[in-house]
Order: sequence, then structure tokens, then C-alpha cells
Amino acid sequence: MSERKRAPRRLPSRRGGDSRRGSKPAERSEALARRKTQRAAAAAPPLGGGGRRGPKPAARQRGLGAKDTWRGGKHSWLSRWVVLACGVALWQLWAGHRHSAFFPPPSTIWSAMHQKWFNGPAGHLFLNSNATGNILPSLGRIGLGLAIVVAIGVPLGIAIGRSRVLMDYLDPLLQFFRSIPVVTAAPVFIALFKIGTQMEVATIVAGTIWPLLLNTIDGARSVDPVQVETARAFRYTAWVRLRWLIFPSTLPSIFTGLRLALSLSLILMVFSELVGSSNGIGYEMDQANSAFNLPDLWSALVLLGILGYLMNAILYLAERYVLAWHRASHG
Amino acid sequence: MSRASGRRRGTAVVRGVIGIAAFIALAQIVGETGIIKQNVLPLVSTMLAQAARLAGNGRFLADIGATLEAWAAGLAITVIIAVPAGLLLGSVPVVRVATRAVVEFLRPIPSVAFILLVNLLIGPGLRMTLTVIVYGSLWPILYNTMAGLDDVDPVAKETLRAFGFGRLAIIRFVSLRSAAPHIATGIRIASAVSLILAIATGYQTGRINGPGIGAFIADANSGAGNTPLVLGAVVWTGLLGVVLNMLLVTAERLLLPWHKASLMETS
Repeated sequence: MSERKRAPRRLPSRRGGDSRRGSKPAERSEALARRKTQRAAAAAPPLGGGGRRGPKPAARQRGLGAKDTWRGGKHSWLSRWVVLACGVALWQLWAGHRHSAFFPPPSTIWSAMHQKWFNGPAGHLFLNSNATGNILPSLGRIGLGLAIVVAIGVPLGIAIGRSRVLMDYLDPLLQFFRSIPVVTAAPVFIALFKIGTQMEVATIVAGTIWPLLLNTIDGARSVDPVQVETARAFRYTAWVRLRWLIFPSTLPSIFTGLRLALSLSLILMVFSELVGSSNGIGYEMDQANSAFNLPDLWSALVLLGILGYLMNAILYLAERYVLAWHRASHG
Repeated sequence: MSRASGRRRGTAVVRGVIGIAAFIALAQIVGETGIIKQNVLPLVSTMLAQAARLAGNGRFLADIGATLEAWAAGLAITVIIAVPAGLLLGSVPVVRVATRAVVEFLRPIPSVAFILLVNLLIGPGLRMTLTVIVYGSLWPILYNTMAGLDDVDPVAKETLRAFGFGRLAIIRFVSLRSAAPHIATGIRIASAVSLILAIATGYQTGRINGPGIGAFIADANSGAGNTPLVLGAVVWTGLLGVVLNMLLVTAERLLLPWHKASLMETS
């Protein structure tokens, strides 16, 4: 009895042919990944919770089947920063030569950024009060918005993805609302929530829920049916199946959706602050724009680039940590 | 088999219609009972009536035409730039590694933030809208093309290589075809982004930027603000998005018949 209650460590995974009905790109790549997993016999099982406790992949497959969209060795890490640095240096030379008002040299942009945000005390990570007054609220809105989106999107997505009936009823509505650009709904949000954080968070939620929801639905739908049937045959309860099979199998898709939602949330944060706010990065951009202050405008763009890069990197690390078992199949 | 799937689709359509009807009814009830005040958010029936009336509004139709023009031109330019770039980045590791930092840095800069800068640089007009659209919708196609190239069956590639085919032939006969579904998905995402940016740019800059749904909404919202009119236009943008997506899905089905299985359920 207690044996049965314990979560399954490993369900027998199917070997050989891939006879799944769908061959959607995402689904297919999953199938491919799974095949690779089976080839690299020591890879962690797709099931088994966080997987960190699971066996480490003994041999990571590199070369032929290895997937490294952006990953490379240490050399590549160095060379790509060198290229970026060269680009910035060229820009500096060109802009110093041209004296264009529209393309200030990076040194001007940097000093504008320093003036605006980073001349604070070292104890505050060099952030001055203007930075804490504008960057932190913006980040807070993104954080709150994404938290709400995950809280709504993941359970709803898994429910819709696992239930044919729910999918049938809701699909046309989802398709319609997904197609509405949030931007056009901004006047409505302003009327509903008044100008301020509430309205900005609502805009972020309304825009970023779709990639997360649709990806979660896709992921939940393409859980290996054989594994589901096996778990059912072993009489695991619905909760155990959800917690230990369906949720972990959906996690990669959830992270894909989250990655899309993250970059979208940055866009919507800026947009909602441009439309109506009294602080935030978008508000500062609006100010710079109406004052025709191009260095300030550029420095806000650079800051957004840096923030986006950092947020992506954090998400990537989280993904690597949470999906260690999945990555094993990606080499 | 086909009869069963036909019946399946019939059930799905009936349920979908019920879902829409239930949603409209629910929203109407919420409005009627005053849970959400009518001067804040008008009744669904008012909204839909306004949307229906807009179909006969010549100016609005011209605005829709202008938005569609920007959408189509922007998407076409993006595809012409992004697919070859994706093929290059995806098949030549050195280029990919070298450009990684630049791409990773540029990508998260919100396209909406660029509206202000591009507006100052180029000035209002279709060229500015197109610049913003291309910048924003570049990434999904680029990334999907690269992901598609990563997913190419290595055995097929190795086989061609073993038979002495060159790099270009491998890209042409194996990689491109195998990545086509991914690229198509990228184009579909880019289409949605393109529509959003066409409207957002118009909304942000207003009528000086030329006609478009964005300008129409900005006009409707100016002054006291005509919320029903705004929402009527919003309903149309939603329908436009659904229709454009359906068109692209159909095109995908016709052009890539070998992967029709994936289109059964396009989300």
C-alpha cells in the first residue's frame, strides 16, 4: 500500500518507433528529444519530479545530435563579447566622426545613463534615487504581472490541455481574445483601472497570458499517452498523475511560454507607462521624447536591453535548474 | 476515419458556438446587473452593435485597408530579411556564436520603445511603421528558423554529405524542407506581432502617421473618449487577427502538405 502511494520513480518508457499521432514542430522536437534520451541510455527519466535527485546523465551527447541553439564552449563565450565590443567601438568612432544628433556615441549614452541612474552610493549598488524611483517600480510591475499570469495560466492551461470538452468550448474564445492587440485595449484599461500601477499590471497580464496559456495547453496535450495510460494502469491517483507525470511533462512548454511572456511583458510595461504613468522607465522615455533629449532616449533603450538580457539569463538559469532532467536530452 | 473526424469537428464547432454564446450572455448579465458600471465598460450588446455599424463606416474601412497594407508589407520585408538570416545563423556556427551577444541584447529591447526613437529619426509615415514592424517581427522568424535547422535529422544531413553533396545542396534539399514547418510557425507569430505593431504605432503617433486602425482608435479616444467606438474597433481588430491567422494556416496547409498533421490543432 505504501509502495503504491509513493510517487513513481520511473515509469517504463516506450522504446522503438514513434507512433504518436501529432507531428507539430514542438511536439516533434519533443519526440526527437525523447528518442535522443533513449539513445543516451543513461539520461534521467522524463518522470520523477524535479529530477535533481534522479541519476545524472553519465554521458552527455555532443556532436551529431547535440542541440546548442545558443550554447557553445568557453571560446564562443569570449568571441561573442569581443564582437559586441568591436561593434560598440566602431559605433563610437563613427558617431564621433559624424556628430549626428540622432545617433549619439556610446560614450555619451553611457554618461547619460550614469548621470540618470548609476551615480548613487556603492551601498545601493550605485543606483541613485531616480533609478530606485523608476526602474524598481517598472520591474515590480513586470514581476507582479508575471506572477499573476503564471498563477492563472498554468492551472488553466493544464485543465484545458487535458480536457477535450473544455478545449472545444473555450478554443474560439481564446483564439479571438488572443488576436486582440492589448495595445488597442489600453483606453479601456485606463477607464477600468484608472492610471497607475493597477492599469499597468492589468495590461501586462492581459498581454502575456496568451503565450503562456497556449504553450501550457500544447504541452499538457502532448504528454506521452502511453505514459498516461501506464500510470493509469498502475492505479496512480489523479493527483499523483498530475503532480508527477503531467506537470513535469508540461514544464518545458511552460518555460517556453514564460520566455515569450517575459519579453512581451517588457514591451507592455513600457507601453503602459508611455500611455499613462507617473514613474517608470516608459515614463522617463516619454519625458526624454518630449524634451527631444536623444541621449536620454537611447540610454533608456540600452537599459531596457540590459534588463531584458538579465531577465532572460535568470530565467535560463532557473530553467536549467528546474529542467535538469529535460536538458539531459538536449545535450 | 474521415467520418469520425468529421463528426468530431462538428461537435467542436457546436461546442465552440455554445462557448461564445455563453460568454456573451455572461458578459451581458455582468453589465446589466451593474457589477461593472456601464459608463466604464459598455454592455456587450452596445459594443457589438457599434462594431456592426462600423462595417458601414467608409473611413473605418479605409483605416482597416491601411493597417492591412502596413501588415502585409511589413511581414513581407521581415520574411525576406529574417529567413535568410536565420539560415545563415543556423547553419554557420561561427556566425551564430559571434552575433549571439548582439542579438541577445537587441532582442529584448521593446519594439514599442522604438516607436519614439524611429519617429524622431524617420518622421511619421508608412516607412516609420514598417521599420517598427520589421524590428519587432524579425525575432520570431529568426529564432524559429534557427530552431528548425537544429531539429533537422542529422542522419539525413550526414547521408547527403556522404554522397558528396555540398553545404548549399544540403541546406536546399534537407534543412530548408525539414525546417519549413518551424519557419511557417515563426511567420504566423510574426504576423500577429506585425498586426499589433501596425496598430500600436498608429495609436501612439496618431493620425499624422497616416490612416490605420490605430489612428482610428486614437481619434475615438481623444477628448471625452468614446469608449463604445473604441471597443467596436477593438472587436474588429480581434476578428482581423483571427482571419489573418486562418489565412496563414490555410496557406501553410497548401504549401507544406507533408506536415498537415500539425495543422489539425493550431493554437
